[in-house]
Parts: sequence; C-alpha cells; structure tokens
Amino acid sequence: MGLTGLAIFKQLPKKNCKECGVATCMAFAMALAAGKASLDACPYVTDEAKEALDSAAAPPIKTVKVGVGEKEVVLGDETVLFRHDKTFFHPTGLGFLVDDNDAELDAKIDNIDGLQFDRVGQHYVVEFVTLNNASGDAAAFAAAAEKAAAKKAVILKADDPAVLSAALDKIAAEKPLIYAATADNYEAITEVAKKYEVPMAVYAEGLDALEDLVNKIVALGYKELVIDPGSRQTAQVLADMTQIRRLAVKKTFRPFGYPTITFTSEEDALDEAIQAVAYVAKYCSIVVMKNAIKGYVLPILSWRQNVFTDPQKPVAVEPKLMEIGAVTPDSPLYITTNFSLSYYSVEGEVEASRIPSYIIPIDTDGTSVLTSWAAGKFGGEQIAAAMKANDMDSKLNHKDVIIPGFVAVIAAKLKDETGWNVIVGPKEASGISGFAKANFA
Amino acid sequence: MAVQILKEKYAQPVRAFKLGNTAEEGGTRGYSLTVGGEGTLPFQHYEGENPNKPIVAMEVNSNKQLDWKDTLVDAIGKDVVADPAKWAQFNKEAGADAIYLKLDSADPDKGGDSPEACAQIAKDVLAAVDLPLIVAGSGNATVDEEVLMAVAEATKGEGLLLGFAETEHYKALVAACLGNGHGIIARSPLDINICKQLNILIGEMNMPMERIVIDPLVSSVGYGIEYAYSIMERGRIGALTGDKTLAMPLIATVGFEAWRQKEAWGTTEEYAEWGEQSQRGPAWEATTAAACLQGGVDILCMRHPDAVKTIKHQIDALMTK
Repeated sequence: MGLTGLAIFKQLPKKNCKECGVATCMAFAMALAAGKASLDACPYVTDEAKEALDSAAAPPIKTVKVGVGEKEVVLGDETVLFRHDKTFFHPTGLGFLVDDNDAELDAKIDNIDGLQFDRVGQHYVVEFVTLNNASGDAAAFAAAAEKAAAKKAVILKADDPAVLSAALDKIAAEKPLIYAATADNYEAITEVAKKYEVPMAVYAEGLDALEDLVNKIVALGYKELVIDPGSRQTAQVLADMTQIRRLAVKKTFRPFGYPTITFTSEEDALDEAIQAVAYVAKYCSIVVMKNAIKGYVLPILSWRQNVFTDPQKPVAVEPKLMEIGAVTPDSPLYITTNFSLSYYSVEGEVEASRIPSYIIPIDTDGTSVLTSWAAGKFGGEQIAAAMKANDMDSKLNHKDVIIPGFVAVIAAKLKDETGWNVIVGPKEASGISGFAKANFA
Repeated sequence: MAVQILKEKYAQPVRAFKLGNTAEEGGTRGYSLTVGGEGTLPFQHYEGENPNKPIVAMEVNSNKQLDWKDTLVDAIGKDVVADPAKWAQFNKEAGADAIYLKLDSADPDKGGDSPEACAQIAKDVLAAVDLPLIVAGSGNATVDEEVLMAVAEATKGEGLLLGFAETEHYKALVAACLGNGHGIIARSPLDINICKQLNILIGEMNMPMERIVIDPLVSSVGYGIEYAYSIMERGRIGALTGDKTLAMPLIATVGFEAWRQKEAWGTTEEYAEWGEQSQRGPAWEATTAAACLQGGVDILCMRHPDAVKTIKHQIDALMTK
C-alpha cells in the first residue's frame, strides 16, 4: 500500500527467478503494489529490503485498539479524505467525561452505559467513559477506573504517572487509553504505557509541537498512539484534523499517521452535540463530551452511522415479511425493496398512518425501487415469488397488494402471476400515510 | 521543525449570490445578504478566502391545514403559524437571517390560494419584516408555475430567491426571475450530472450564473443524508477545481426533512429509549443542519427556534479564523 511498483522493484533482488510464480521481478513488484501478492513469496529478498518495504507499505494511519472483547474500539486505519473516494472504516468513538471524585460516579457511569439506542434495525452505543482524575488521588482514581471498566472501554485522564499506574494496576488488562503524554511528562508516561502495554494519547499545543512530541515518543520505541493537536475552538479543530488527515494520507507523513482525539468545548448541551457532529464528519477518531443526554446523543450516533456507511455497498434489510403494528388478516400489504432507505421510508410512513400493515421488502440486493426495476430485480415475478414464499394467500383474508407508484408498469404482470388485485400506491413514501388513511382507515 | 501545512490550490471560488435589495438597490429590505464565494472546502480558512458566512432562512408556511407536529407548532405558537406576517416577525425575533416562505397553500389540497392571493402573502411578509426573502412553490407543478410568476412580478426589485426549478419545468420560472430581478433555486435530485445540466439549461436562457443557487435535495440525518453529503462534497470539489456549472452556492430544506422523521417528533412516551422529545426534536434538525454545513451548504432553511439558535452559534464558531 502506498508504494509504486517501481519503488518496490528497486528493493527486489532482480533475479527474475520466477520462483514467486510470476515471470519477472518487475511483474511481481506490480502485483505487490496492487496488493495482489505477498512479499513472502519471494525467497531471495533481503531482510533489509523487507523491513524497508514493510515500513514503507504500512498504512498511512496506524490502527490502534482501545478496550478488549466486546468493548474493543478500533481506531484509525483510514485511507481517504472523502468517503466518496472509498469509504471511512472506523467510526468516531464517543467518550463522556466523569470526575473520579464525583459523588454520583456510579450513576453517571450507568447513565453513559445507558446511551444505547435501537433504530432502523441497528443498535447504537457510545464507546468510552473518560475518567478524569479530579481528586488528584491515586487510590480514588484506581477504584473509579475499575467501576468504569466494568461497563465501557476507558480513557484514563491524568497527568501523574503514579496515578495512571495505580489505575493500570487494576485495569491494564482492559486496555484503556491513557491521556495524555505532554512535552513535560512524556518520558515517564511513555514508560507507563510500555510497562502496561496500553495505548497512549499524545497532547501538544499546535501541529508543530505535536510533530515534535510524536517523534520523541517514537524514538523511545512506542507507537501505540492517539494524537491530540490541542485545539478546542471548532474551526481550529476542523483545520487541525483536516491537516493531520491530509498529511497522513496524501504525504504519508508518519508523525501524523495515528488516530486522533479531541474534547468538545461548548458548554450548552445542544451546542456541544452539534460541535461533535462536525467532528464526526471531519476526521476525529475520538470525541470526548461532557453532557451524556440521550436526546442529544441519538442524532450524533445516527449521523455517525451515516458518515461511516460504505458508499459502494447499499445498506439492505432482511427481505422477510415485516409486521408493522398489531396486524390482522385484514391488514394491507405493501411491497418495496430491501434497500434500507426505501424500506425505512416506507416503514416510517406506514407506521405514521397508524394502520397496522404488512410490508414485504423484496430482495433487490439493496437497490432502490427504480434502480432494481431497471435491473430486472424488482418485477412481477420476483414479487409473486416473495408473496408465495411468505404464504400470503393463506395469511390474509383479502387479495390486495400495494406496489410503489414508480413501478406501475409491473402491475399487470404481478396480477397475472398471483391473481391478486394490484393497487398502485404513491410514488414517494411521503404519500403513503395519506394514501393509507384514504383507502384503509 | 515546522510542519509543512498542506494547502490545496484551487482554480476558482464558488460564485457569490446576493439575496435581497435595500432601498438604494431598488428594494425595501433592511439589508442584503451575500452567500457563497467560498475559496476552500468548508471552513478551511488557512488556505483561502471564505468571505461570506452561511445563513439561516426560517420557514413561514402558508398551508391553511398546516400538518406540522404539535411539538413544533407549540414552539412557534398556534396563533403565529396561522398568520404569515406574524410568523415572519416571530422568525426575525428568533434570529432568522432571512425568511423562507413556502407557499403550500397554492396546492388545491392545502388551501387552493390563487396566484394573486399567494403574491399577496409574499407582499404581506415583505411588509411585516425587512429581512431578505426566499419563496418556494407548493410542489404541485400544475399550479406552481402561475403562482411563482405572480409572486415574481408582485415583488419585482426586491431581489428574492425563487424555487424550485427542475429539469421537467424550469423555463417559466427562469423567465419570471430574469424579468423581475430575482435569483433562482435549481433543484436536482441527488445527481451531479442532472445538477450541471439544469444549471446549463438555465444559463442558456441568459440567466446570469451568479443568480443560480443549487438545491441538491438533501435528506434528514439518519435517512440517507450521507448521499447528499457526498454529492455536496463532490460538487464543491468540482466547483473549486474549475467546473463552472457547479460553482454556485447551496441551499438545503433542513427543517422540512428533519421534521418528517419520527426521531424528531416521536413523543417521549412512545420513544422513551430515544430520550426526551423536547431535546431530540431540535437536536435532530440542528444535527441535519450541522451535517449540511460540513457539506458546504450556504442557506439553511429551518423551522425550530432552538435549532436555529444553536446552529447560528456554530456558524459563528466555524467562521472564526
């Protein structure tokens, strides 16, 4: 990754021995550059060349993992600046601050853990408790860290290596992120991170100082890093995060080739929420917030889910018979595709009509109504087959099926295939609620 | 050692659009607003000029059977939403930079106001507040052409922004805007090629390109906004790298999209696990708006006063250099 075939070729033995299975070293180099071969296939490559190629071929942004097991959060390893260029891989982790001496520590940790939501067939959670060493006390911090680690992945925020060590004695196995090494304490903090084998945040004020500090820490032999350029003003955070991503991805600038972290600065909870929305869009790997309020966190997580959706892979729902509300054999039957946006638009409107109904999302490989119809995946035959598979003839007392208005042309075929009466519904999902009330209320 | 900041070099900025005319400019607005003109990706101030800040146009809807959810209507006032002039005043006090008048009452199902009646509503709003005005038709293509024509003529010289021009019907609206000194909203459904084509078609009718504003037809957060977001990012990159048919400011009907979704209006009783509706509703709209800002939107058409307050606060933060 990141190297041209020619650059790789220079490091190869140039024997053209064919033992790797390719005719020439040049062809092998091209295959390596395209990610279609492994260097292991070459028996003659020197160790020096191998190391040079491995480090040059390292991804532009390192993968760093915080937490273990179900609580593991994978950060970094992004390869593009715009999701339309490929995709964003690892969603921004959200963390919430709690002081270790907070009288309501347990309740606050529970509240953060309770930031869980189910919508559009997905389960959303937040990732981190960020434990702030407000007490200044090592024992209190360690005790609070145990409580936090029982529920979530943890970010340990403290300046004192002894305090961090006390907490890590208890929860190092949970792989918390320690925050943060600074110009003043980096040697000691790096020692702690190395000793306990936990990832470490690096805080510096400004990009220049950050580069300097990262280089010093890497020279100490530690690379499990998450970087913080220190900015807290919204536009400055976006500028710094954009530069970090740009330099890492476009210039393979190693000092910035790590996941990033920032803290919101807005006090008002709604102001803070949409500050986080901007940071999710523009390249923050972790955003730490103060206000853990469900009504404000749901939109952030919904936006995060949108941004980190693979643009080349339509999101599909399971193509099975869906029951909306308390259905009976007299309930209406709607047909749509299993493209999640189509399905959930229809579902939302059917729900809004308050008339219990069935929906069958036809398996169109997650493509929309018109796209799948044009591709021959959404016609009378497919719908008839799905109705038969779901045994609609015996499930319902009536024989009326509603199809999207955009595919009115398939009505005759569907009628032939099923013998059902085909009702052409509205073109847009937004018309369904009115349509349903007019026809079935 | 100093980090070598990586600045992109772009071919051209986005065009700027001026909304509203003051007395000196032949209208009656208290001020005019210029939007667009960006020379960089959104808010990357260190690499170029972003001379104009994004604005918020708050919606006044003429629908006689307004179908907005109670929670949203209550935040504005039942008596307020019944009277476009009062509503416009409310919006001004809520911090609106401009008014977005949606003439839904032109639709026979929503009041069936005649073109003359619709033009009168626009004039009433202009008389009630001195903010620049954006006017959109009902969405019912059979009536909108005449309605917008009447509005364009009745408001000649005020420098409105009128919509929506779409590929199937744009000629009458272009003519009405051209003849009366208004700008035009060119709406294309999430498709960069249709967007370019429509801008070209409008330009071919001698409409100056700096009087076109693009509506990429965004959707709500949680409901496919990522498609619009990527279209907007691609469009902005295209504009900055030299595509003249994409170098126009963007408008987004954020309030309309956000408040269609049950995440915004679903009651706390019914959706308790999603949190308090009173927080969730404004946050859903503000999140949609904040996402649009990161995509490069210049004009946010919004509804809830709390959502407007927070997004204006963020706009100031984003414009801080």
